[in-house]
Amino acid sequence: MIAIIKYNAGNVRSVQNALTKLGYESVITDNRETILSADKVIFPGVGEASSAMNYLKEKGLDKTILDIKKPMLGICLGLQLMCNYSEEGDTDCLGIFKASVKKFPPNDTVPHMGWNNFSSTSGVLCQGITDTQDVYYVHSYYAEVTENTTAICNYIVPFSASMRKNNFYATQFHPEKSAGIGTRILQNFLEL
Amino acid sequence: MLKKRIIPCLDIMNGRTVKGINFVGIKDAGDPIELAKKYVQEGADELVFLDITATIENRTTLLQLVERIASEINIPFTVGGGINTVEDVSNLLNAGADKVSVNSSAVKNPSLITDIATTFGSQCLVVAIDTKFEADEWKVFVHGGRTPTELTTVQWAQQVEALGAGEILLTSMNNDGTKGGFALDITNQVSTAINIPVIASGGAGTKKHFTEVFEQTKATGALAASIFHYGEIPIPELKEYLHTKNVAVRLT
Repeated sequence: MIAIIKYNAGNVRSVQNALTKLGYESVITDNRETILSADKVIFPGVGEASSAMNYLKEKGLDKTILDIKKPMLGICLGLQLMCNYSEEGDTDCLGIFKASVKKFPPNDTVPHMGWNNFSSTSGVLCQGITDTQDVYYVHSYYAEVTENTTAICNYIVPFSASMRKNNFYATQFHPEKSAGIGTRILQNFLEL
Repeated sequence: MLKKRIIPCLDIMNGRTVKGINFVGIKDAGDPIELAKKYVQEGADELVFLDITATIENRTTLLQLVERIASEINIPFTVGGGINTVEDVSNLLNAGADKVSVNSSAVKNPSLITDIATTFGSQCLVVAIDTKFEADEWKVFVHGGRTPTELTTVQWAQQVEALGAGEILLTSMNNDGTKGGFALDITNQVSTAINIPVIASGGAGTKKHFTEVFEQTKATGALAASIFHYGEIPIPELKEYLHTKNVAVRLT
């Protein structure tokens, strides 16, 4: 069973659709026991950082997430909330990744919206994906490149396309919306 | 490098895909789900579904269609037509849409843009602008292009950006359905005046038209309907062509 963390962020449904297509049973939940007993956890997210963090704290989900021992995958805002701090709403986040989340400078179109590639530096999540293949991004804030970065994308600045620390994995792009390449990445995670 | 997006648009009427010329003369163009799946396989970068009837009776049909689309396709898609309230948006996003597109209702009630953006985030909000060149000016039109407004196009685009729109879908009514090429001047004016992504729409007839709009404007996406529906320009062929012309596109 895969637990998809339920909170006030959109697009939880598309993650579940993707898992169903891959033949995995999943449940959208904010229940601590269900989350901690799941084989894998997905922490999706589209939305604004400070209101999302407030919601997580209100529901005690911030503590639950830190207690997860099984592999967890954060997606988009999920990745950003797993960092130390976000400039969006001046928000202290979960502190799993030693990285800050910053707003893109307005040197080019923001949000970074559409298909872009990345160079994989390490990690099992993006195994089998080459730097000529594209995945779908939509975000105005980015996580800086740190020791937890496992893949780098370049848009205005180099930023973390994926990150990992211990059992915590994350992607800035949306694997559930990235056609066949995204399916491959989700599969890599589900087969961990 | 960020790729330029090729976006097929499916106009929906009573659950079928249709296409008109200059907003009139509706023809049946197939089953939306089958078309959507075909486009995903061919390498479309996003899809747009516009409910052109958008009556209250049709809302349930539309939501059911959106649910089916969401379970069948794994690229982002936008749904537009008849969105007047935050609740309309909530229903569509819950059914599985990634983004919604508002048009006339945003002109009538600009605060709707801010309400949607603050509730669901700018990333899910496309503001569609129908524009027409008349008496030396590009003006904004509403109600499927039937009603003129006092708004000039560039100013309205700047205003919707400030109000929280995540993206602009700019359709030139002078060009729509003509297959004579995109409206390069207004697309360039709008895309250089704002910092959010602009999708050019209306007038695509040849592969060269796509190179032009990506080379001569800052549009990051181009939308078309009939040339894709009737197989006049297959998406893989278009992308291969753009690639040889050094336009960055996603090759699958």
